[in-house]
Amino acid sequence: MAAFDIYPEYEIVRNNERCTNCRVCEKQCANGAHIFLTDKNRMAADDDKCVNCHRCVAMCPVRALKIVKTNHTFRENLYWTGKSIKEIKRQAESGGVLLSSMGNPETYPVYFDKILLNASQVTNPSIDPLREPMETKVYLGSKPDKVVRDEKGRIKIDLPLHIKLSMPVMLSAMSYGSISYNAHESLARAAAEAGIMYNTGEGGLHEDLYRYGKNTIVQVASGRFGVHSRYLSNGAAIEIKMGQGAKPGIGGHLPGSKIVGDISKTRMIPEGSDAISPAPHHDIYSIEDLSQLVYSLKEATGYTKPIIVKIAAVHNVAAIASGIARSGADIIAIDGFRGGTGAAPARIRDHVGIPIELALASVDKRLRDEGIRNRVSIVAGGGIRSSADVVKAIALGADCVYIGTAALIALGCHMCRSCHTGKCNWGIATQREDLVKRLNPDWGYKRLVNLLNAWKHEIMEMMGGMGINAIESLRGNRLMLRGVGLNEKELEILGIKHAGE
Amino acid sequence: MREGMFRNPSGCAISGIFSKSGKRFSGRQIIESIAVMHERSNGLGGGFAAYGIYPEFKDHYAFHIFYDDIYAKRECEEFLEDHFDIVSFSQIPTRKLPEIKDTPLIWRYFLAPLPAKLADSQQDEGEYVIRCVFRINTGIKGAYVFSSGKNMGVFKAVGFPEDVGRFYRLEEYEGYCFTAHGRYPTNTPGWWGGAHPFALLDFSVVHNGEISSYDANRRTIEMYGYKCTLQTDTEVITYIIDYLHRKQGLDLKEICSVIAAPFWSVIATRPHKEREELEYLRCVFDTLLINGPFSIIVGFEGGMMALNDRLKLRSMVVGEKDDMVYVASEEAAIRVIQKDLDRVWSPKGGEGVIVTLEKGSA
Amino acid sequence: MNVSARRLGSRILNDEIRRAEEDIIIEDCFGERYIGSCASSITITINGTPGNAMGAYLDGATIIVNGNVQDAVGDTMNDGKIIIHGNAGDALGYAMRGGKIYVKGDAGYRTGIHMKEYKDKRHVIVVGGSTGSFLGEYLAGGMIIVLGMESEACPVGDFTGTGMHGGLIFIRSSTPPANLPKQVTVSLADDLDMGSMNEYLMEYADTFGLSIDEILRKPFYRLAPNAKNPYKQLYTIY
Repeated sequence: MAAFDIYPEYEIVRNNERCTNCRVCEKQCANGAHIFLTDKNRMAADDDKCVNCHRCVAMCPVRALKIVKTNHTFRENLYWTGKSIKEIKRQAESGGVLLSSMGNPETYPVYFDKILLNASQVTNPSIDPLREPMETKVYLGSKPDKVVRDEKGRIKIDLPLHIKLSMPVMLSAMSYGSISYNAHESLARAAAEAGIMYNTGEGGLHEDLYRYGKNTIVQVASGRFGVHSRYLSNGAAIEIKMGQGAKPGIGGHLPGSKIVGDISKTRMIPEGSDAISPAPHHDIYSIEDLSQLVYSLKEATGYTKPIIVKIAAVHNVAAIASGIARSGADIIAIDGFRGGTGAAPARIRDHVGIPIELALASVDKRLRDEGIRNRVSIVAGGGIRSSADVVKAIALGADCVYIGTAALIALGCHMCRSCHTGKCNWGIATQREDLVKRLNPDWGYKRLVNLLNAWKHEIMEMMGGMGINAIESLRGNRLMLRGVGLNEKELEILGIKHAGE
Repeated sequence: MREGMFRNPSGCAISGIFSKSGKRFSGRQIIESIAVMHERSNGLGGGFAAYGIYPEFKDHYAFHIFYDDIYAKRECEEFLEDHFDIVSFSQIPTRKLPEIKDTPLIWRYFLAPLPAKLADSQQDEGEYVIRCVFRINTGIKGAYVFSSGKNMGVFKAVGFPEDVGRFYRLEEYEGYCFTAHGRYPTNTPGWWGGAHPFALLDFSVVHNGEISSYDANRRTIEMYGYKCTLQTDTEVITYIIDYLHRKQGLDLKEICSVIAAPFWSVIATRPHKEREELEYLRCVFDTLLINGPFSIIVGFEGGMMALNDRLKLRSMVVGEKDDMVYVASEEAAIRVIQKDLDRVWSPKGGEGVIVTLEKGSA
Repeated sequence: MNVSARRLGSRILNDEIRRAEEDIIIEDCFGERYIGSCASSITITINGTPGNAMGAYLDGATIIVNGNVQDAVGDTMNDGKIIIHGNAGDALGYAMRGGKIYVKGDAGYRTGIHMKEYKDKRHVIVVGGSTGSFLGEYLAGGMIIVLGMESEACPVGDFTGTGMHGGLIFIRSSTPPANLPKQVTVSLADDLDMGSMNEYLMEYADTFGLSIDEILRKPFYRLAPNAKNPYKQLYTIY
């Protein structure tokens, strides 16, 4: 509850001429922001409780509601902004670390928006994706260094462990606990239908979702929640979570109040006990320890599953990636600083980590310089907003991208960033049964499949425009990118030329 | 501006003649053939590759080198003396033509790697020679090795191919295989080294088209020690073929399945063993897939290969008469040197046509 | 009137053709381009291998070739007749609008792309052998007939009719073409279809000395577009 001194950030505006007193808004708001005043026979709102999730706006049958940013202002001050002032007051009130959710909302350069794509013209034809073959199939995994032949001279088909995707997009890790079961089911079914993968996150895998194992990446995080041999064998790949873009360097904490019922069962911890994910894996204090964990998982699954190592994009990400590429891992997932989270300290989320575009470019370059790029596939994530971002990421060097926030938005999220309260009105970031019910997986998975299909077609259009009909010819093809409004250093790190060159 | 400082998209004409029996014939024919396709070039580049032309030195590497000036020549020759046994050398004979201007010094050397140096390097002979070529081309200013195979040579310049052929007195050479290239670049290259064919050891490539996967291909192949200094498609294609053949041991048919890989939908219809192999090759060498229009003729010791991209966006015709095989961008270029053909056809996209010397020939 | 293409070169040769008032026979043809472009009268006979874009924008004249032709023959042809006693290269009849092209042998890739009918203009391409991939891509009108006289298998390549939204393709074959794109429906040609092809098949058989019975010995499959604009569902108003 905010200090009364802080005026609410958002105001609920009700058009009284349209309002019919149907009270749907009252029923739908888990924060109690709407109330029906029986004596006055009209609806009223408590702006202090509004988190701007738009549930009431969407549910109002007569469009009587809208949420506006308050125009109650502090005296103009570009340095001591209202935000800074309010945050200090909150901390003076509570004495606590400011907690927030989703990804970094602050003003840092968005490199994707400063990169432009090429199109073929005259000297080389563009390709029509609707009428000519256009291949988006991707294999993630290590590639052998040398072709080996058998006694008869035929090539030995010993393809290293890999996962096959119909398009270069996967659904990123979001734990069962941070999001609801219905959200997880939607992700699992969408991945199965679209021919891609989704990720369990660190909360284990619910029994009922085991049947989607072929499209599941099972995560092994520092808390090792729900990790046992059946869990490991059920997935198509195993991801070791070393870091997360939204909160590099720190762990996670799901309060005991949320560890009930199936959450407790899936994570295999007692009900009511906190679920703490330590910051480092306490058995990995150096790069060789990571190699040990990678091989322990390979042994545990009889060398049948590719291993992914997920790291946050930090300053020496290129060197870390080089180490991982030599550790026996098959795939490296890099999460940029725009990555989402169910809960993280605001200061860590907003000030730690680097943009995925720069991290990706330098990792790809470093691995090529060392001649080991083909030992791992690279998956890039952290704020992928559209198919254009996907294409740019691949041209910078990624094999595939992870989408998290975009997937949740498809399921109904309106980015109110209040996931940590556990009262998600859309049934996504909550465990309250009455709220979870609102997200119907039959509807949810179709929304995700729609999004993926739409992006797939857009990716094909952009590829065709560049005269490319197979996604592997786009990978690392930096000549297809040009920068605008970037300085020399940025262009150098991204490895692209400036528009006009 | 030299080739290598910018990308130079271009269109072109290509032609190739091969004798399966190894019978050597004059370079006059290939000149006549490429001349017919005059309209496909714009006079800014032409060149030829010829095989079997140095039988008296067939075990030695024949380096053809451009020098900007005498100083480059001296520095380069010092390097060569350090690394090779120079068995013979001379200026490549040329004919003065008004159409061929700004000629550099053009010299030819027959070399064998110095045994001690070769042993020291712990490389096989081919790798040793390639490293030396790279060192000259990137390290010695004004010197450029444009041909480095045994019993073969590349002859190229800025000009229409038929003029280039006459300039080099190609009609005086006899070989069992000749390929030719006429270029239509969109930038003006002043420098001869950028003309085609591109050659590395005994592989020579003439190429028509502009590939869209260039940077993806280049950044992959450079991981394996190759240096794409010219920024041309032909250079990267030649390196890819050399890498897949010499370092990965793939045969030409397998190489075609990598660089012009069939579509997944087509692979799915093939019989099991073939499907497995195609899937394996496509997966392992995915960034070596060459995307975009291309039509190439690859010359190598003892053979020639013609290949189109998998959508067949460029034209290519193959003709046969007795033991002779002809390949060209246009049928007319074949008919003009051999009017009656036993067989003439257009290869399908992605299917390489490979011809080699019959056993016991040349 | 007889002329030698080799001696004159493309420019002068085409000038001569433009000014000719009687039929012209061209000898020694080795790749000279743009022969007969826009020609509207006379008959041009070519002995040899004409270069690319022969008969481009043809407007009523007849061109007979005794040999193979190269690429882009009959590009945007409006009217007239092209008879090829040999094979054709790629992009035959691109955006053709009227007239007839008869090929004795095979045709290459992208035959009959984007051909369209307009008012009373109708056109046809008949290929006696087989064609490469992308036959009739973007077809909007007119008729393509592929006979596969010497083939055992179905005489067309992959992606036949992709993007077809008008016109008809007939394929003479014992088995129907496989793996057709979604925009194309295939069925056996009925009597009405056979009737509409009859005039062309008779003329074709006559031109190349083939027996019409031999042509009609195998069944004909008819390829037609599935819907006029099959891509509507793909787009979201934004």
